[in-house]
Amino acid sequence: MISLRNVYKSFGKNEVLKDISVDFEAGKTNLVIGRSGSGKTVLLKSIVSLYGVDSGSIKYVDQDITKMDFTAIRELRKEVGMLFQGGALFDSMTVLENIIFPLNFFSTMTKKEKVKRVDFCLDRVDLQGVDNLYPGELSGGMSKRVAIARAIALNPKYLFCDEPNSGLDPLTSIVIDKLISEITKEFNMTTIINTHDMNSVMEIGEKIVFISEGRKCWEGEKESIFTSDNEELNNFVFASELYKQIKNDKK
Amino acid sequence: MNFISEFGKFSIFMVKVFSKPERIKLTFKELTEELNKLGIHSISIVVIISFFIGAVITLQTAYNISTPLVPTYLVGYLVRESMLLEFSSTIVSLILAGKIGSNIASEIGTMRITEQIDALELMGVNSASFLVAPKILAAMLISPVLYIFSVFIGIIGGVIAGHFGGVVNLDDFVNGLQYSLNTYYITYSVIKTIFFGFVITAIPAYYGYYVTGGALAVGKASTKAVVNSSIFVLLLNLILTQILLD
Repeated sequence: MISLRNVYKSFGKNEVLKDISVDFEAGKTNLVIGRSGSGKTVLLKSIVSLYGVDSGSIKYVDQDITKMDFTAIRELRKEVGMLFQGGALFDSMTVLENIIFPLNFFSTMTKKEKVKRVDFCLDRVDLQGVDNLYPGELSGGMSKRVAIARAIALNPKYLFCDEPNSGLDPLTSIVIDKLISEITKEFNMTTIINTHDMNSVMEIGEKIVFISEGRKCWEGEKESIFTSDNEELNNFVFASELYKQIKNDKK
Repeated sequence: MNFISEFGKFSIFMVKVFSKPERIKLTFKELTEELNKLGIHSISIVVIISFFIGAVITLQTAYNISTPLVPTYLVGYLVRESMLLEFSSTIVSLILAGKIGSNIASEIGTMRITEQIDALELMGVNSASFLVAPKILAAMLISPVLYIFSVFIGIIGGVIAGHFGGVVNLDDFVNGLQYSLNTYYITYSVIKTIFFGFVITAIPAYYGYYVTGGALAVGKASTKAVVNSSIFVLLLNLILTQILLD
């Protein structure tokens, strides 16, 4: 479980996160939704301490990452996997080298065991025969899958996904969403996904946190979205005619 | 004021770069790759430039010796001194600052804007040490080798130009090469190239590492890296010459 209490973050005079307090539960797919520029990515990067926060606490169970020194943070990060918006695969390395990279650094496995682990991870994301391809030779969906495979290589306890569906077609988006959801259950991870894709929310969301202009405006189960009277949430979720129709039907 | 804060940021970056690596074996592997990338891949440009400069120095020197009182073997002597003291160390480093510097700044800058550096940090890897230290060490190791290579190629260029241009015969040229050789000049130039190797990799890496924005910012960082590393090569050349030849 990850708990945030009164988190503030600003860049110069621009206050991006304002008094965020929220709990992200283990074994669940937690979704952070909000408009572009609402502070979702800053929130995610603050949780993993890629950005330091101005005040507040971010606890991984009982360890407060905001109070840890650099060495302790690096130790904690070994339990963290992250899927970046663009995949962030290393261009100069093949798929195999990308996935084996964290194992080379932080595992005591033999080379044979590492290759076996890479095969397992690639198998888990339904990719075969791509070991020797470079990231530039992969499609968007394949890159995301390889990035997921790399993120789970070290068996992380926490998985963070920043806009996993950006740039993907609706079908591939559903495949990636389901994959993340399945992996979360399988490995009992605490997963936090940033998205503005309402299809993802409906498909895999278990706990939803809505942020707007750096503030947490709403949190709850996905079913409660349809009955919420939060104006900002309604403006965001029911922006499209399709979702307006779904809401009316539910009523 | 801006320079002081920039220097402070650069110093902190260097501390991060030279902190103990997580896996020595992986750093060593990166080092051998960088030796190949920065060293072996730079040989062709060093050969071409050194050959032609050696040839041109020979012709210019010979054509400017208008009095028969100056012996022609001095052409060989001047070519050797020019290559040994200044060209093969400073000018080759300036050229490499352009080639290697823009490459490093754009490579690391692109890794920054595509979140590859964030990915490394998130895996618990010291990205500055892993990415930058092997480049700096490789450049410091390979620069003296390129320097010696450049001196030889420049002299060969001089010999060929002198002979085929009919301005100085081979015996005179070789006599000049052997005339009054101060071997300390080689030590002095090797020391210079080691420092230059540091400058032409550390400064571009710094600009690439702290890029913010998109492709345009990477381009700007690359330009800034080449300009500033060239200036620092020249500045360092002056300082080291004063210290080492005093």
